[in-house]
Amino acid sequence: MSGDPTVSAASTGAPGGRAASTGAPGGRAASAPLLGGESEPTVFELSHPGRRAWSFRTTGIPEVPVEDLVPAVHRRATPVDVAEVSERDLVGHFTRLSHRQFSVDLGAYPLGSCTMKYNPKVCDTVAGLPGLAGVHPAAPASLTQGWLGLLVELEETLCEVTGMAAATLQPAAGAAGELTGLLLIRAWHEAQGHVRHKVIIPDSAHGTNPASVTLGGYEVVTVPSDDRGCVDMAALRSVLDEDVAGIMLTNPNTLGLFEEDIAEIAAAVHEVGGLLYYDGANLNAILGVVRPGDMGFDIVHMNLHKTFATPHGGGGPGAGPVAVSERLVPFLPGPRPVRTGPESDAPYAWATPERSIGRVHTWHGNALVLARALAYILVNGGDGLKRIAQVAVLNANWIRRRLHDAYDVPFDRTCMHEVVLSARTLKADHGVRALDIAKRLLEEGFHAPTVYFPLIVEEALMIEPTETESPQTLEALATALETIAAEAADLGAEAMAAHPLVTPVRRVDEARAARSLIPTFDARN
Amino acid sequence: MGTYIPHTDEELADMLAFLGLSSLDELFDAVPEAVKLQHALELADGVGEPDVVARMDGYADRNRARSDRMVCFAGGGAYDHEIPAVTQALAGRSEFVTSYTPYQPEVAQGVLQAVFEFQTMVARIAGLPVANASLYDGGSSAVEAVNLGVAATKRPTVWVSEGIHPHWRQMLATFAVGTGHRIVTVPLVDGVTAWPEDPSDGDGPPGVVLVGYPNYLGCLEDLAAVRALCDRTGALMVVGADPLAAGLLRSAGDWGADVMVGEGQAFGTALGFGGPYLGLFACSAAHVRRLPGRLVGETVDVEDRVAYVTTLRAREQDIRREKATSNVCTNQTLMAVTAAVQLGWLGTSGLVEVATRCARATRYTRDAVLAVDGVTPWAEAPVLREFAVQLPRPADEVIDRMADAGFLAGISLDGAVADGDHGLLIAATERRTVEQIDAYAAALAKAVA
Repeated sequence: MSGDPTVSAASTGAPGGRAASTGAPGGRAASAPLLGGESEPTVFELSHPGRRAWSFRTTGIPEVPVEDLVPAVHRRATPVDVAEVSERDLVGHFTRLSHRQFSVDLGAYPLGSCTMKYNPKVCDTVAGLPGLAGVHPAAPASLTQGWLGLLVELEETLCEVTGMAAATLQPAAGAAGELTGLLLIRAWHEAQGHVRHKVIIPDSAHGTNPASVTLGGYEVVTVPSDDRGCVDMAALRSVLDEDVAGIMLTNPNTLGLFEEDIAEIAAAVHEVGGLLYYDGANLNAILGVVRPGDMGFDIVHMNLHKTFATPHGGGGPGAGPVAVSERLVPFLPGPRPVRTGPESDAPYAWATPERSIGRVHTWHGNALVLARALAYILVNGGDGLKRIAQVAVLNANWIRRRLHDAYDVPFDRTCMHEVVLSARTLKADHGVRALDIAKRLLEEGFHAPTVYFPLIVEEALMIEPTETESPQTLEALATALETIAAEAADLGAEAMAAHPLVTPVRRVDEARAARSLIPTFDARN
Repeated sequence: MGTYIPHTDEELADMLAFLGLSSLDELFDAVPEAVKLQHALELADGVGEPDVVARMDGYADRNRARSDRMVCFAGGGAYDHEIPAVTQALAGRSEFVTSYTPYQPEVAQGVLQAVFEFQTMVARIAGLPVANASLYDGGSSAVEAVNLGVAATKRPTVWVSEGIHPHWRQMLATFAVGTGHRIVTVPLVDGVTAWPEDPSDGDGPPGVVLVGYPNYLGCLEDLAAVRALCDRTGALMVVGADPLAAGLLRSAGDWGADVMVGEGQAFGTALGFGGPYLGLFACSAAHVRRLPGRLVGETVDVEDRVAYVTTLRAREQDIRREKATSNVCTNQTLMAVTAAVQLGWLGTSGLVEVATRCARATRYTRDAVLAVDGVTPWAEAPVLREFAVQLPRPADEVIDRMADAGFLAGISLDGAVADGDHGLLIAATERRTVEQIDAYAAALAKAVA
């Protein structure tokens, strides 16, 4: 789409002065944010009474007065004050805002655990097809055979990728998938007559895991990692008993390491009657190489916005389908699309599994995201998916090897799709923190790595290059990080804490945002 | 095959050599052989992008109900509204589409400010001071509102009007299994909720009361009565509001609601077979620290320039973990940005205009439909932008027949409300013309005969 200048372009302007929201009512079509230094006024400040952008079709419908349409007791006294802008000002405003936003399309985004790979444009075309985008979700199956067929094909594809028997496509994101999985665990145990209270998660787990466990009505039991960064088998065995409903694992884990004892973990958990839940955040690392089902997992969620590039939309929408092994199929959310026969006029229908946990989405899941994922998988194919995993892992290991002199590498062995570096030594010797490294990297035109996660690594810098960054980009990223480490040692903490200097805004006062909460324009004064 | 991997074979070989490896397979030596996949995935090999578009268009072609071929009179929380070119162009900008959650505010002011503007617009529509950065859809907002209300009142009983979207009610039932909340459905009588006179049921007074405005049948509920009920019982008042109808209706906050939830699809998001949509969530100041999901706040940078950042982060799962107010991480930010653009396009006058046009089209459609022999009103309560009727034959049959005439007739009420199998829910948006509506009524006369 746009080839708009990135962060560095914003640096070419004059140094910023006090320039907050100076837009007089009515605004102005000046591209100040692109030139640097100034804030973009809010749309409310660009508003001018009487201006408008809307236009509607000619319908011929009688213009009944509002008083005759809405009983007085229900009628709003004054219109909602939204904003009053021309289409030209609206376009200027949001285009300038987009110039203040980093994205994958602008540059590498090595944000660990987030799989910020290139998002193919063909998926935008697919999501915009009128025969997919223009379908009402309540239309009966007989009128939506295309959608049901598409969803069934995606479900079957995801089951092959994960080695599972069936899947629900309803969950809208990874966390929604987790909660769905926990409710499946609960339903399964209840059907067996078990009463269980605990779910085990490693100390390296994503924060959504424990939050979902609580909402699933379970108590979190945390197990530590061992000195190799994997689940401590002895600690795990010590907490396993018949009160354990299951365990949630990410494999490769959030340190980017493959849990080599996975078969033993699965056997031990299954031995006490627990179920294994696979957090698919890191699925990109193992596509076509090893499958959660073959590792012994009973339930798997996938993050289609990560692994299958659907994309991320500034924080969503995602899609978090959940695939399960045979014994859990009767509990899946419903209704779900199913084949009713190979050759009939209507080969697809909705069906609710016999012991379904119920509905977890208002409709059928984030359908257009699901369509994007299927398109992505079809372009790549089975062969291409394996190549994705291989190159993602190659890129991460290249970064690890390239940077192991400049940074600490707490677990310096072959990693999977991401590597966790640490600024521990830089902090100890020079007082420079992982956060300072991250902020400084923004000035080099790269997004920052994930910092301070996983929680078990001090001053963590978690880098996931993904397979779509070229060797030249990796070289530039590594050089930038090396330079920054050298700079940190030379210049020290105070100088580093001043960065970034050239981004659309510099470091923001997060404490003030929380202390004097301004969640809307109306709360400004 | 198609590929988005830039590396040439030579580059791959160079990188492997740098690592002291001779094959890509060696990268996976940590994976035990016993679990490693011993064969290729049983999926077709990759193909060119044009082949994939053609294949997906084949699926699209088999959707008879696509709105460019079948005139849409279905609503029920998903509406066929105008999406102007400007909304598609701005919300489709790749800086918004291909960015992650704004964890680095210095390079994420675009998304952060757009969401701040979205929050402001939602709060104004709700008549409440705070709105979050979005949840998955209307149903997920309802679930989160119930969680907030039960936590705030420490009472696990939840009264849900039968006029709440049936799928939201199904979701509430699903998630209540984990939280232990007790969901009590309060029935509709003549289209509006018949709240019990005496709220002292066996499980004690409710912690939350949830009502639709308008409700699923399109009827306007008496929210003053709901406020009084909540005052009597100490329950939190949660209103599931249609944010577009709010262009004409008193706001949830004006009626005294503690929380407003809603489905925001009407603001620029495609029907899309039900997703991705946009969960709206607004609340009173008293509950801001229990707010689910992300919140953007205004602050300044070190040069004292206005800047935006996600705030009150200590509520969230990545910090609070098992004690978080919600497990939500990824939300529907792009739909929130879309809604901010669409609402900017509508503006103050356009929100009134679109709501009025929908109400007029609905009035015209209702008159035409009720003139059909054998079709009677489901209820006499006032409606705004959709309405329910009783048909002389099962609604599913009528929907099938109407499809052959080129209309998506509406939504069957079978399973949605008690004895709903002859009920049809009909919506007419600002996109419906007199010619379409007249033809619809004529086709309906044949379909019910």
